[in-house]
Amino acid sequence: MAEHYKPQKYKAWELTLEERFQEYFPPLGEREAVTEANRCLYCYDAPCMVACPTHIDIPTFIKKIATGNVKGSARTILEANLLGATCSRVCPVEELCEGACVLNHDHPPIMIGRLQRYAMDYAADRKIKFFEPGKRNGLKVAVVGTGPAGLSCAGELAKLGFDVTCLEKKPLAGGLDTYGIVVFREPVEVSLSEVKMIEQLGVTVKTNVTVGKDVSFDELVKQYDAVFVSVGMGNVPALEIPGEELEGVVDGLDFIEETKIMKLDSIEFGNRVCVIGAGNTAIDCVTIARRLGAERVMIVYRRSEAEMPCYHFEYEFALKEGVSFMFLTQPIEVVGKDGKVEGLRCIRMDLGGPDASGRRVPIPVPNSEFVLPCDMVVTAIGQKKRIDILEKLTAFGVKNSKGYIVVDPETNRTEHPKIFAGGDCVRSKGEASTVMAVQDGKIAAKAIFNQLVGSTTVQQAATRK
Amino acid sequence: MANLEIDFCGIKSPNPFWLASAPPSNSGYQVQKAFEQGWGGAVWKTIGAPVLNVCNRYGTIDYKGSKIIGLNNVKLISDRSVETNLKEIKEVKKNFPNHAVIVSVMVESSKEAWQDIVKRVEDTGADGFELNFGCPHGMSERGMGSAMGQVPEYTCMVTEWVMDVATRPVIVKLTPNITDIVQPARAAVKGRASAISLINTINSIMGVDLDTFRIVPDVGGKGGHGGYAGPAVKPIALHLLSAVASDPEIQKAKLPISGIGGVETWRDCVEFMLLGATSVQVCTAVMHWGFRIVEDMIDGMSNWMDEKGFKSCDEFIGKSVNRISSFGDFDLGFQTVARIDHSKCIQCNLCYIACNDAAHQCIDLKDLKLSDQTNERLWPVVREEDCVGCDLCSKVCPVDDCISMVEIETGRPHITWNELVAKKPEVLEWDKMEEYRQGANIHIH
Repeated sequence: MAEHYKPQKYKAWELTLEERFQEYFPPLGEREAVTEANRCLYCYDAPCMVACPTHIDIPTFIKKIATGNVKGSARTILEANLLGATCSRVCPVEELCEGACVLNHDHPPIMIGRLQRYAMDYAADRKIKFFEPGKRNGLKVAVVGTGPAGLSCAGELAKLGFDVTCLEKKPLAGGLDTYGIVVFREPVEVSLSEVKMIEQLGVTVKTNVTVGKDVSFDELVKQYDAVFVSVGMGNVPALEIPGEELEGVVDGLDFIEETKIMKLDSIEFGNRVCVIGAGNTAIDCVTIARRLGAERVMIVYRRSEAEMPCYHFEYEFALKEGVSFMFLTQPIEVVGKDGKVEGLRCIRMDLGGPDASGRRVPIPVPNSEFVLPCDMVVTAIGQKKRIDILEKLTAFGVKNSKGYIVVDPETNRTEHPKIFAGGDCVRSKGEASTVMAVQDGKIAAKAIFNQLVGSTTVQQAATRK
Repeated sequence: MANLEIDFCGIKSPNPFWLASAPPSNSGYQVQKAFEQGWGGAVWKTIGAPVLNVCNRYGTIDYKGSKIIGLNNVKLISDRSVETNLKEIKEVKKNFPNHAVIVSVMVESSKEAWQDIVKRVEDTGADGFELNFGCPHGMSERGMGSAMGQVPEYTCMVTEWVMDVATRPVIVKLTPNITDIVQPARAAVKGRASAISLINTINSIMGVDLDTFRIVPDVGGKGGHGGYAGPAVKPIALHLLSAVASDPEIQKAKLPISGIGGVETWRDCVEFMLLGATSVQVCTAVMHWGFRIVEDMIDGMSNWMDEKGFKSCDEFIGKSVNRISSFGDFDLGFQTVARIDHSKCIQCNLCYIACNDAAHQCIDLKDLKLSDQTNERLWPVVREEDCVGCDLCSKVCPVDDCISMVEIETGRPHITWNELVAKKPEVLEWDKMEEYRQGANIHIH
């Protein structure tokens, strides 16, 4: 029986727990991929390529899928972005390449993300190795943190002949790609195989090593020719409302992490779940709570729909998943009984005039308090700044601004000549995303090479080898 | 990475991908840009007799959403002076000594004119010549181009004139607008040509505008035949290439062939080379997409060669030529039947209607009572005993690997038509043919 005739199971209650955590988008079949690839106009000086922060040569990789040179397609992607497999799954393509597609004005844009995933899967399935470590130049670089910025920097440096050591405080490398992206967007194996690819380039990855505890920045700066800091951001900050110590109040990032590394049926969740915040992490939390089996899931957000920081496609996804949105609602207390969450006391808000960011300021409506009954509260109101790291770096003259490390955007170098930084810990403005982090790593790797080895032309020659 | 270098009758090229003599090789600027992007060689746009061009020059065929599956033109040879061209050719060759620079030439039919242009081109340092005996429009009306290529005696004569003075390799470019392309190919051999290239463009009218009744392309209210090229002509080019490549006289002369006609991707290149081309020439694809397409040609062919274990192009050039045969030598006992994989079938029934209306009525629609079937619709089922193995059903099937043609053995004698009529000439009468079929287990309903 043809697959087509199996009734499509899309209602959550018709799926098993495992099925609910499969990748949301199925892989494209060969015919689908080739048909879609042939729809690409192969624009010259294409806007998709400009919109991609890593400037992948998108028309070329798509053309190669169309001609059946899928291996070449994968190489084209990886030459610009070593984390092409993760990016194909997690990039906000509507905001980037696909949003820029020239077809948009009267056609659906090309499915660039899914075509990229097709090429990346092809290479992964066949275990194709694309790059060799560069000829050793005797220089050593330490990379602190193995999220996408760190891995990208380490991989590019290894291709150029550097001896790179990555230090990761967690048991697994990959940063948020491994721990922080919901599995139905990216299975953990994809991120781990990217780590493996970087290791195959000769990079040493040491996990369970905390810089500042197991090894000091002082030692790193002394022992290495350059240090790349890509420590990301911290956990979710406290709500600073009464009751947040109650059992049932969970840090959103920890909640996502559980779904990445634990057996799904061993994860604890509530039946009525309130997620506080309306960014992409909040959407992840509320949708995984739903997919784990929570009956009522809701986003509690003090501003309105228009101010939500999450991507629009994430909002649409949450609505489709059956999430309720409590807009203009400010939590003021977690209420509980016997140490456990029983509800979230909230107050209604109105919107006043615009604040410094241009968003309208929420103002409490007097006498509008009410309690939302719930047995789990997930916090997703942003991430803590890495004050611990910033303080240590200040000793080296590294500046920071509002909790973010200050770098020169051309080189990602800090005020200290040996210390470079990238990823979310420098992303003081604009969207923090995997693809931006990958580009930071590339920029820093190039700058480290230029600073320690030579000019751009020498680098190009080395890259070609 | 595999080695893509080729040696084309002494002309070395870093890869087999050349620009065809056409608008993309019109100037030094273009050819140098192409070389920078990876093209291995270029056949310079034909230089020679003075010309004047017209507007519009192109007509195209778009097919169900795909632009330019066919392109025709009424452009002429280079409308820039011979001197300008020679100066630029010299410069390009100096800047790119390791790339193949071949100059296409065409002049009036006089020994003096041909020998003169050849001598002038030789001074540029170009690697060789291509004699344009194929341009089907404009020039042919002036007695040049295909007017020469269509008469083998002329082809031979002019080739001889050129060979008498040329010190560099000379490629004769053939026109497809002829009954038997092997004849001018043999004439080129007789004229001592160093190599052959084919095909030039095919005579064509691209269309008529239903509102204005104008011809496409329209030149001020008039239209005429132009040269047809692009992906749609590839099968014709492959056939003509194989006809030349498998001809015993050409094979004996060991002339390399440059394949032209609808080449767009590395896959096309490989096919031309498997059928005997040492280099391939590209025009329409570059006119559509730009020089940058060569990157995938190099990458794709190299990956394919690595996968197949070929270290150099020589290892696969002409590999399929010995399979070129003629109908009379095909095995009449080779039998296939269609098998439909119902686990893949989506019940579009295109195979059923194609077989029923246009083939041999051997697919039925049946209730298969498949256990997990959720609809009441019937399934296409092949009656294998009646299937003639024509392969139409699998060709119309929109699902990959759903209908496959499976080889079966039914005891039919493995004999060719030529062998059969030599052994049993009586089968050329219908009653004896019927008799033979009965004995050979061939039943036609």
